[in-house]
Amino acid sequence: MIYLDHAATTPVRDEVVKEMEPYFIKYFGNPSTYYKIGREAKKAMEKARVQVAELIGAKPEEVIFTNGGTESDNAAIKGIAFKNKKKGNHIITSVIEHPAVDETCKYLEKQGFEVTYLPVYEEGIVRVEDVKSAIRDDTILITIMHANNEIGTIQPIAEIGKIAKENNIAFHSDAVQSVGKIPVDVNDLNVDLLSLSSHKIYGPKGVGALFVRKGVRLEEVIHGGGQEKNLNSGTENVPGMVGLGKACEIAKNELNHNITYLTQLRDDLTDKILNSIEKSYLNGDLKRRVPGTVNLRFTGIEGEGLVLLLDGKGICAATGSACSSKKLEASPVLKAIGLEDVDSHGSLRLTFGSENTPEDVDKTVEAIKESVAKLRAMSPIWNKKE
Amino acid sequence: MYSEKVMDHFQNPRNVGKIEDASGVGEVGNPTCGDMMTIYIKVEDNILTDIKFETFGCGAAIATSSIITEIALGKTVEEAYEISRNQVAEALDGLPPVKMHCSNLAADGLKAAIENYWKKNGIDKP
Repeated sequence: MIYLDHAATTPVRDEVVKEMEPYFIKYFGNPSTYYKIGREAKKAMEKARVQVAELIGAKPEEVIFTNGGTESDNAAIKGIAFKNKKKGNHIITSVIEHPAVDETCKYLEKQGFEVTYLPVYEEGIVRVEDVKSAIRDDTILITIMHANNEIGTIQPIAEIGKIAKENNIAFHSDAVQSVGKIPVDVNDLNVDLLSLSSHKIYGPKGVGALFVRKGVRLEEVIHGGGQEKNLNSGTENVPGMVGLGKACEIAKNELNHNITYLTQLRDDLTDKILNSIEKSYLNGDLKRRVPGTVNLRFTGIEGEGLVLLLDGKGICAATGSACSSKKLEASPVLKAIGLEDVDSHGSLRLTFGSENTPEDVDKTVEAIKESVAKLRAMSPIWNKKE
Repeated sequence: MYSEKVMDHFQNPRNVGKIEDASGVGEVGNPTCGDMMTIYIKVEDNILTDIKFETFGCGAAIATSSIITEIALGKTVEEAYEISRNQVAEALDGLPPVKMHCSNLAADGLKAAIENYWKKNGIDKP
């Protein structure tokens, strides 16, 4: 099997599993208790908090553990909105956000907030000037993702953060697709809040974190026993936190190597595909993207069919095609970068991870060539073109 | 999510292609929703003696196109006209609910091809 869907999820690293193991059985204690097994759990949790903080340049006390990226986004966006209701009710976001942000903003619209959805252009990147001109007196939050999940483009977070700071507006960034893949430093990026997820960086599923800058106050979304500074009530997922911590430590140590290595794999595959398959195109900016992500499109074919044929050849890949989505709608991200529906249907997302090899690239290029040719041979759109 | 039969017809589609001197051609679907299908039929003595398809679409769209060519071949025109969407889905051991509407176009495509044949030959729709 060749796994090329690391933006969807990643396998848990052996070292991570090993680190988690004691906290399922040996130290299963509730971290809020005073006896040894509870204290050990608490100690492990706090060590993990340091590991997460170190990866993103935060202070450990600014790291809140959550049950995943989606929950981090919800806690940040609703938390700021409800806390600052009296100050204003305007939120700025973009049209390419992950549903965890997009749907949360839509929910807030129903609650009486006003949301501005900034566009992106062909390159798939939000423009700083657009952020500037969208700001109003009653703007209380700007939330823009760091790296896009579909096309991998990197947004100008540091610049947007600077503007937010100048205007005294809280700034959140969903960094689920960038943390562990490119340098992420919460101070360089000028963010007040930043979401990250464990299972995208070889950690376990069901755990994530939210960076909350010291002094930033959030209304709690989950009510209960007050764990994680009231922001994630419920008995802590200690093994998950330990796993996330270890995954962050590994990601930090391997970051520079992976950036070089994955960029090479990605660019090699992109060149080989674009040079050997006619009417194949790259979606989104060529350079300003995370190392492992490539999003391609092929005229005259539909992405779900391509993904199924690749699966038949042992390759795991993703598509932005409407037919593969639960809602049967074309990807809003591909629409936002100006693709016609018929073109966005033919898109293919490949996301590399550190366990991929140059041989994987060659095998994948061959498999894509064969599969695209097979689908084009039976496509009325393609046959009309010729 | 797809039955084995869908996967089989998707991976080894039967009767792909064009018929140059087709008796009737039916085009259905639109690229916006992601499925387009062209069905070609050859009619001799009121029997479908050849049928071919071209499809742009997902796995389900290709599989339904493929299986309807098998179901319809050798039938009279009137019998073929009666093939329903549900029959196509059943022959594939079912389709995911979300695909029942959008991708299950083959029966419509075949009907369009037969209507085209009738029109070309001045036959009133029975």
